Amino acid sequence: MSNDTSGNIMLELRDIKRDYELPGGLFKPKKTVQAVKGVSFKLERGKTLAIVGESGCGKSTLARMITFIDEPTAGELLIDGNKVDTRPGHLTADMRQKVQIVFQNPYGSLNPRQKIGDVLGEPLAINTDMPASERRDRANLMLTKVGLGPEHYNRYPHMFSGGQRQRIAIARALMMNPKLLVLDEPVSALDLSVQAQVLNLLADLQDEFGLTYVFISHDLSVVRYIADEVMVMYFGEAVEHGTREEVFSDPKHEYTRTLFKATPKADVDSIRARVAAKKAGKAA
Amino acid sequence: MALLQIDNLTVQFETSTGWFKAVDGVSLSVEKEEVLAIVGESGSGKSVAMLAVMGLLPWTAKITADRMLFEGRDIQNISASERRALIGKDIAMIFQEPVASLNPCFTVGFQIEEVLRVHMRLDRRARRARAIELFKQVGLPNPEERLNSFPHQMSGGQCQRVMIAIAIACNPKLLIADEPTTALDVTIQKQILDLIMALQAKNGMGLIMITHDMGVVAETADRVVVQYKGKKMEEADVLSLFENPQSNYTKALLAALPENAKGDRLTTVSDFFDGNPEPAPSVAGLNGASA
Repeated sequence: MSNDTSGNIMLELRDIKRDYELPGGLFKPKKTVQAVKGVSFKLERGKTLAIVGESGCGKSTLARMITFIDEPTAGELLIDGNKVDTRPGHLTADMRQKVQIVFQNPYGSLNPRQKIGDVLGEPLAINTDMPASERRDRANLMLTKVGLGPEHYNRYPHMFSGGQRQRIAIARALMMNPKLLVLDEPVSALDLSVQAQVLNLLADLQDEFGLTYVFISHDLSVVRYIADEVMVMYFGEAVEHGTREEVFSDPKHEYTRTLFKATPKADVDSIRARVAAKKAGKAA
Repeated sequence: MALLQIDNLTVQFETSTGWFKAVDGVSLSVEKEEVLAIVGESGSGKSVAMLAVMGLLPWTAKITADRMLFEGRDIQNISASERRALIGKDIAMIFQEPVASLNPCFTVGFQIEEVLRVHMRLDRRARRARAIELFKQVGLPNPEERLNSFPHQMSGGQCQRVMIAIAIACNPKLLIADEPTTALDVTIQKQILDLIMALQAKNGMGLIMITHDMGVVAETADRVVVQYKGKKMEEADVLSLFENPQSNYTKALLAALPENAKGDRLTTVSDFFDGNPEPAPSVAGLNGASA
């Protein structure tokens, strides 16, 4: 890279847009939905960017574009300083290997008829010419890394709990040694105690492999815990972007403030205030 | 007299390896105008216990209880017709998936008027007026037009408002809300919770809020029951539960909240606790091993 700052940027988006065309009918004109209306940001290596927003705000569309599932309508996508040719068929295997994704629903994202060992071996079988024995070793190693064991190699997805399945999905994403991991609501389908385990695991893996995370979530308490930078999306636009401290201590946009206000508070002081207010209301 | 009183409720399902206790000896009671939260993770039996109260469990479930009283009246051994007269009228329930719990083949107007026809025996004109009034109460815009909408034409938050309107249509004495906001966005969740709480205060209903979200508990409950693996771990008023939790499970749950993270790591309810039949292991053990 030409200079130091750009060398340290893992992911850069320049005015990325995505339109979806809804086909018209006999009496219905064609309609264009602008899912993402021009988003730009830079993300440093080893950092976590959290993208927050309500359903339909375009945060998942953005994730799909970063992972090359969807092609942007306009704009540039740079990964590791290189411009990505996102046209279908022009993507290099090298690029695909760098970016991986973990989906929200661990029940839907694993093939029920595929053993866990095969789930983990498949990316290697497709993308490399590694012999089967080595694929097996790598899969077993990755299972231990995500807190499972070699004894799980021959099991099927239905034999696992939700938290374990999400570990498997994370392991699968890591099999290709990616540099950038997109996590699309990875813990929102999990119970509180399991959520804590998966978040700890993600933090450990980030340290170990030097991963960069794009973490999509609607849960602000999780975002506050895991993110270095926060971006708030609203109707396809990034309305706020800053470090975690900036966004949480001094939200600029009206929508961000609404979001903070709507988040339930579980600290003792706010409960005390609520209970007192209720008592006062009853007495009056 | 408590509005709802359950003593030693056990619900079992037969599996290939014998009877599985989904709910194991749970006792709880709700007073009039009280908000009780039942909190627990999936599989803790919190929904099953309430479905047993509603009589909505399949016949394969074996339900036993020392007592199940609603306003002092036994609801365990009543006939199906008596139950039908009670459920939906005096005890109403809101479910988790608003879009899935409405019938996609009928307009929401038809579905709310059906309740009024069966339970209140109102005539057509009175039903329509009451339906419009209810839609106004739950904050649906253009209630007259909305009555002719099908569920798929409305958003998740709007469908949940319709579900609430149907639940409160007959002025129930007890409302059971089973994860009413889990499928909704944070901002919509706030609106729906505010709506439920406002209606609860206005109509003086007893409310049972089933949830796994400690934030929802903190924002709504008067009293809290914590359940784990079908057993009741703890019961306390909301302030003392958060300030001074007694059971180790509650402590672990509160410690697992991301906002309570100490340093870089979150405390987890460890795996060894999962396999342990003893519901109250030491706290040191809980914090020690994290998976």
